[in-house]
Amino acid sequence: MSTALSTPVLVAAFALLLIVAVLSVRWLAAVDERNVFGRLGTPLLFGAWVLVFWEASMRAFDVPRVLLPAPSLIAQSLANGIGVLAGDFAQTVLHSALIGLVAGCTLGFVTGVLIDRSPFLQRGLLPLAALASTVPLVGIAPIMVMWFGFDWHSKAAVVVVMTFFPMLVNTLAGLAESGHMERDLMRSYGAGYWRTLVALRIPVALPFIFNALKINSTLAMIGAIVAEFFGSPVAGLGFRISTEAARLNMGLVWAAIVVAAVAGSLLYGLLGWVERRATFWHPSIRTTAGAVQNATGR
Amino acid sequence: MTLSAPAPLPSPALAVEVHGASVVYPAAEHPVTALRDVSLAISEGEFISLIGPSGCGKTTLLRVIADLEQLTAGSVRVNGLSAHDARLARAYGYVFQAPALFPWRTVLANVCLPLQIHGVDKARARTVALEQLAKVGLTGFEGKYPWQLSGGMQQRVSIARALGFEPKLLMMDEPFGALDEITRDRLNEQLLQLWRADAGRRTIVFVTHSIPEAVFLSSRIVVMSPRPGRIAEVIESTLPAERSLDIRDTAAFTELAHRVRMALQGGHGSHGGH
Amino acid sequence: MAATEVPGKRGSGLGAAWHRVAPVLTVLAVVLVAWHAAAVWLNAPQVIERTLSSQPGWSALDLVRLTLSMDRPVLPAPHQIALDLFDSVFGWPLDSPRNLLFHAAVTSSATLLGFAMGTALGALLAVAIVHSRTLERSLFPWVIASQTVPVLAIAPIVIVILGSMGMTGTFPKAIISMYLCFFPVAVALVKGLRSPGVLELELLHTYAASKTNTFWMLRVPASLPFLFPALRVGIAAGLVGAIVGELPTGAQAGLGARLLTGSYYGNTVQIWSALVMSALLGLVLTGCVALVERGVTPGGRR
Repeated sequence: MSTALSTPVLVAAFALLLIVAVLSVRWLAAVDERNVFGRLGTPLLFGAWVLVFWEASMRAFDVPRVLLPAPSLIAQSLANGIGVLAGDFAQTVLHSALIGLVAGCTLGFVTGVLIDRSPFLQRGLLPLAALASTVPLVGIAPIMVMWFGFDWHSKAAVVVVMTFFPMLVNTLAGLAESGHMERDLMRSYGAGYWRTLVALRIPVALPFIFNALKINSTLAMIGAIVAEFFGSPVAGLGFRISTEAARLNMGLVWAAIVVAAVAGSLLYGLLGWVERRATFWHPSIRTTAGAVQNATGR
Repeated sequence: MTLSAPAPLPSPALAVEVHGASVVYPAAEHPVTALRDVSLAISEGEFISLIGPSGCGKTTLLRVIADLEQLTAGSVRVNGLSAHDARLARAYGYVFQAPALFPWRTVLANVCLPLQIHGVDKARARTVALEQLAKVGLTGFEGKYPWQLSGGMQQRVSIARALGFEPKLLMMDEPFGALDEITRDRLNEQLLQLWRADAGRRTIVFVTHSIPEAVFLSSRIVVMSPRPGRIAEVIESTLPAERSLDIRDTAAFTELAHRVRMALQGGHGSHGGH
Repeated sequence: MAATEVPGKRGSGLGAAWHRVAPVLTVLAVVLVAWHAAAVWLNAPQVIERTLSSQPGWSALDLVRLTLSMDRPVLPAPHQIALDLFDSVFGWPLDSPRNLLFHAAVTSSATLLGFAMGTALGALLAVAIVHSRTLERSLFPWVIASQTVPVLAIAPIVIVILGSMGMTGTFPKAIISMYLCFFPVAVALVKGLRSPGVLELELLHTYAASKTNTFWMLRVPASLPFLFPALRVGIAAGLVGAIVGELPTGAQAGLGARLLTGSYYGNTVQIWSALVMSALLGLVLTGCVALVERGVTPGGRR
């Protein structure tokens, strides 16, 4: 089909398609902001057109599959390789990323609560946290492999280290957030440190904790996948991507990437949903202005 | 309980006794004397207003009585106990300048908060909370969240919360300062009704910036002056116990307000620097 | 315990500096002690098995001495890493593959190139999005959503594809870095360029200012406080991208390559040195951005 049409006809066809695409997206974008159909529909339509052009270009211009397979080919590889990819998903996402995320965030949170009463330790640890954020922590992967072996444990260890500091910093910031007046109120009730922590300071800290959780979910996925680039047994999304890329088996590589991308967005979306239920009272969740700010990144 | 009778009354129980209280904050250059040698005796059933310009120590005095600040010198006794013991014995309710409600709790849950902290069981706490909400006229709003209420309603919830233990002593730190005048008037009236409803058993100590508010509400007005914080003058109210908002247009009211204003200016002018 | 703030300040100058530095030094000291202890503990089994079992009557001091100076320790002692770094940096000419600075230069060149491209692209896209409602509604949601996606997973593909097109070396790594810098910069700049309030915009409207004027005189300065934190995040991410880019095809030069070869040959000290050098590089790069920020922002603080 690709070489059957002559070049001027192809170019004209593409130009026409482009005009239609642009006009349709512009029309939808001009729809009122409060209209959900317009708000959700515009990026989706845009994405759909990108897929259409991608597919059409691959077929029309006969681009070598090595570079960029067509969406249809990726879908096919996804279907064919579903068994293998499911195993990879379990290894990377369920084991390395999720377990590492839970462990790292718990550790960060507990440490934050423990040093809440010691400004000295806070002043000691916070610069260390700032340092850790500028350092490529994924580099510890080979060391973790040496200590914990090739399996998912070493990758989870990398994730723990990567997620510890953001959670620590945000926990401390959140615990400091409760107002003087509210703390005086608890004091006037004779409430002790732990009672005040549970009834007041932790609820106030929740928006910060969820902020860290969302950041950490992305870091966990990255950490788990990249740690596998350093060496992994026979399963895992990162392993699949790097080995199949070396074999130029692009369909499967892109299929693995799609799985990773979907997993990452689903995890983030799930955390966002929980956040909205748990911090329903916070202005960033309950007002539309705040919600937009929240979504576009604090 | 009328205060217009000039004849000496048998001394009633003292709700609050302050003797020679001083509060000094250490600072690099000049220590700040928030309170210097303040003495005050408040009888049970009085409505005392503390009024004065910024820095006169009225809020500090209130917080000292509530055990939210420490004295540098002197003593405070609340119902015969030290301030610390009184706080732990839940002898008073405290209302702040802002409602300080927890946004993740419903109105009912907010009023239940102090009861919950002291281990009152859920059912009883709920009953008490509903009673207090009824007293401030907020029946029907139990399930709402604080941000769904207006500023005045939020402050009323905060008062209902302070009443939870039926404390004999209620301390209020400029509770209506952030509200508009119309709401303020209504809340002033409601507060007086609340006070009178307990027939002389409830003592209220009220900090304010507003002369009309102090004159309207109080049985006794304590005028304070700054630098260092101290009591300038104590004025007994000449107004009858039964008051409505109309009393603000009477001559007696104007005269009393004038006396308070003079006392404020006098205190202000006489401090003459360090 | 006063619940209010106590007015007054601590001693200035030396006292304040010590106040800030003492906790960090304490934590570092604790870390160093714990490290040495851990090194002795983790290396002990191997030392005992290989060396000491053939030597009767060895003491704890022997154990400590040997565990802290192994060739291929499970956990190298801090001084071993420091020595290795020192040797590598000062003991070899700068263009020798035995010198870690050589590798650091390779990695940082890719990082900086990618950072420059990513920032430029991110800025262009942000400007376009701020001025075009269509782009804002159709493209920007994807940019935000992409932040939840592990972008680094694409690294091997980029290397392989560009390699098959004949491009090797710095450029493919820079592409990966560019991709990682692009998103935080774009999102932060959109937020920053849109940050001026209605009041400021109406003020310029009364001056009959053109869109270009408004852009350069109001939006750009207002966006700087948003831009610089994103630049710091971007350059750190770009560094990770460059390092990861060195992994898939077994590159010979660069800090990522050093990490990989160290792990293949079980050369622990080499891995740790490369790691420390990466950390230092990260600090230097982020520090440079911070310096630029201080120079550009009036008054130094937002």
